[in-house]
Amino acid sequence: MTPAALAEGVLAGDQRALARAITVVENREPGARELLSRLHPHRGGAAVVGVTGSPGTGKSTLVDRLAKAYRAKDLTVGVVAVDPASPFSGGAVLGDRIRMTGGDMDVFVRSMSARGSLGGLSAATADAVAVLDAFGKDRIVVETVGAGQNEVDVVRTADTVVVLVTPQSGDDVQMLKAGILEIGDVFVVNKADLAGAGRTVRDLEEMVHLAGGRVGSHRDGGEGAGWTPPVVETVATEGEGIDDLVAALDDHRALLEDSGRLDRRARERDAETLRRLLREDVGRLVEAELSARGGLEAAVDRIEAGETTPYDLAAELVAPFERLERELAGE
Amino acid sequence: MSDAQQRAIRCLVAKVGLDGHDRGAHVIARAFRDAGFEVVYTGLHNTPAAVVQAAVQEDVDVLGISILSGAHNTLVPQILEGLADHGALDDTLVLVGGTIPEDDAAHLRELGVAAVFGPGTSLQETVDFVREHVPAR
Repeated sequence: MTPAALAEGVLAGDQRALARAITVVENREPGARELLSRLHPHRGGAAVVGVTGSPGTGKSTLVDRLAKAYRAKDLTVGVVAVDPASPFSGGAVLGDRIRMTGGDMDVFVRSMSARGSLGGLSAATADAVAVLDAFGKDRIVVETVGAGQNEVDVVRTADTVVVLVTPQSGDDVQMLKAGILEIGDVFVVNKADLAGAGRTVRDLEEMVHLAGGRVGSHRDGGEGAGWTPPVVETVATEGEGIDDLVAALDDHRALLEDSGRLDRRARERDAETLRRLLREDVGRLVEAELSARGGLEAAVDRIEAGETTPYDLAAELVAPFERLERELAGE
Repeated sequence: MSDAQQRAIRCLVAKVGLDGHDRGAHVIARAFRDAGFEVVYTGLHNTPAAVVQAAVQEDVDVLGISILSGAHNTLVPQILEGLADHGALDDTLVLVGGTIPEDDAAHLRELGVAAVFGPGTSLQETVDFVREHVPAR
């Protein structure tokens, strides 16, 4: 299917076209850029929520309940669930799929593996979110295991970040070490019916208080500073506390809108996309230059033989582009 | 460089209906992962509609349905119809695994199931079959 036909299908609300479009952008297939370019003007301003937490904290169940709560308000939902890939085979087992909303096509769930995406996992996620947004989803949830920098980058593509913890998941020092205080706009203590839940809630509230509101997406101050991340207690398996979570997410969204921060984030995102595309394009040009001169291995042979250094060679490879740039500027 | 294609075979491993036996599905999911495939596992007790939804939305190349309950003649055709409704039947390789009598297996193959794997099928055989028959995109 051509990118144009695919984009048309997505905009017409075709499920299969949406699924295919996400495959195309995730795999960076030829036509991915044209597709995204065609969809870009149709971004509808979906509220994007990131959910992260350690394995076993109940992310999938919580996201499932959240999707159901949104559906009850007649909102359409997209979910992008990112799971780790096996470092050995490159294969992946991508979690239990959402079940309670099974059969409801207005909840679109897509699993993605954190395989070594060349364009970057966060870029692939952001592109998938862009496609879902253009499709017309009202709410988009990005779910990921909060295990490393990659995942933190992924979840930060969202407007509002939910950090999930469970009781007795370690003391406050552990939480500080994990760096979760910095990224959370809303904290959820899930499995709040377990012993020790009260202590976990108090620890979190204390940390939020000590940080003086400079946490979450507002850590840099600026507009919207003063948001105090709420700590919400849930028992996702029973659906308890989900309404409180929805209310907290709505509050944060309202703050982002009223403060103008949402617009600023959109600008930042577009700037980052532009920078990424340029990096990719320039990288490809330079790689072509490199292979025209015999390829990487031959270049390394020269370095190892002591004929040149990586530094001189890099300068040499870029020289034609710099020359061209000067000529164009001088005309 | 970044536009280079990278593509893994995507599979959905599904348990459908009132059937709580998921050991086989787990073993297959793991074998597929070790073969370098991306595997989405549905968990237990799905409706045919939920399996269709997952297969379409996840844009999988392969749908493996595990049934040990004996309800395959009811559930599998419903899934095949659902896939057809979404225009996804032709380029999805549908496999059925479980305790399926040969007469029923022949019938399911007529309806569009690519292969039926019974007890004793080796994992390598299944993986090889997927590699060989995965629909070209």
